[in-house]
Amino acid sequence: MTAAVSERLLHVAELGCEREGRLLFSGLNLELATGACSALTGPNGSGKSTLLRCITGLYPDYEGLIEAAPTSYLGHRPAVSPGLSVMENLRWFAALSARPATPAAADSELIERLEVVGLAGYEDVLCGRLSAGQHRRVALARLCLDESPLWLLDEPFTALDLNGQDLVRALIAEHCAKGGAVLCATHQDLGVPEAAELRLGVRR
Amino acid sequence: MSLFRAQLRREWFLLIQNNEEVLNPLFFLFLAISLFALATGGGPDVLRDYAPAIIWVLVLLANLLSLEGLFRRDFEDGTLELLVLKAEPAFLALLAKVLVHWAFSGLAMALLSPLAALILYLPTSALPTLMLGLLIGTPALSLIGAVGAALTVGLKRGGALLALLVLPLYVPILIFGAGAVLEQMAGIETLAQIYWLGVITMASLTLAPFAVQAALRVSLEQ
Repeated sequence: MTAAVSERLLHVAELGCEREGRLLFSGLNLELATGACSALTGPNGSGKSTLLRCITGLYPDYEGLIEAAPTSYLGHRPAVSPGLSVMENLRWFAALSARPATPAAADSELIERLEVVGLAGYEDVLCGRLSAGQHRRVALARLCLDESPLWLLDEPFTALDLNGQDLVRALIAEHCAKGGAVLCATHQDLGVPEAAELRLGVRR
Repeated sequence: MSLFRAQLRREWFLLIQNNEEVLNPLFFLFLAISLFALATGGGPDVLRDYAPAIIWVLVLLANLLSLEGLFRRDFEDGTLELLVLKAEPAFLALLAKVLVHWAFSGLAMALLSPLAALILYLPTSALPTLMLGLLIGTPALSLIGAVGAALTVGLKRGGALLALLVLPLYVPILIFGAGAVLEQMAGIETLAQIYWLGVITMASLTLAPFAVQAALRVSLEQ
């Protein structure tokens, strides 16, 4: 029993949320164990982003139960400062997510991350000078810096080219393989064969 | 502690990038002071008596001007939400943010205050009290102001509300700050009012970071 509990990274029970006088979802149940990947789909305005924000704890106005492992959240706003260079953005985030058990990543590791997301050579470029897609790639680099087991991604494919979309799929697959879990709001195929799908906004 | 340092470093770089955010309040301060000097027209005698009040009121307003941008940018690009979610503890990172804001507003104004005093014919004997008061009192302006800025950052036009929220809380600082200089000019050698400024600053230093964190959580609930 204890083993089963420790493997559970996200447990959502009977979750209901109402916004602007409109019921987004109710009686929602969701479980994500290690290695699980779930696509969160549904038409615009069906509450995908709100559900993710509920799980992060940013939006407390819900009914029901949410138990989540430490999360890493990539929202609509990529949390990349245009006024800072790519490296400074990552350095700040490395310090922000450092914990006593896992100290901040060194510069060499940050550069490695940038190579993974295809931004090698852009270390000292101001993020404000990058294209929208490159901006998102910086956000992807910071997502990988985080050791949190549960990823909450809100439309991670936005503004990315085909190569970038493959990169997101690869990162998701790698994270799941390492024992993490991913909940991803998207309108596209996640490319993970065993991915479950949670569809919001049907038959209301 | 490295979180605190990383945040200081980040704010420093950002302010260098957006230097107009630092310079505009300072320009406003000196422009308004010069306008007072021009408009009163009464010469040294008239100006001297009002100089402490004019300087302190304008420092207050210039500070208010700089506060609107304190969280705005980070709110818009999403870094603020990341900070509140990730930083352990968030209030420490927020304190670093406010500290850098103070260094470029209150501290800069305190260091430039001799120039303001010169324009307004403030006696040089009162200058140390003015500077000391500004040095000790302006951190409280940034700290209390940050709570207001955190509460209004989610609003489209938060400026007027920010002034309404924050200015009443600035009143004690204004009274003690200007009062200390006036007493000095009247020949009363006492630091009592400066001590009171210290009390207000210490109290806001211990309480404001937590209030800012709580206020930001409210602003981010959307």
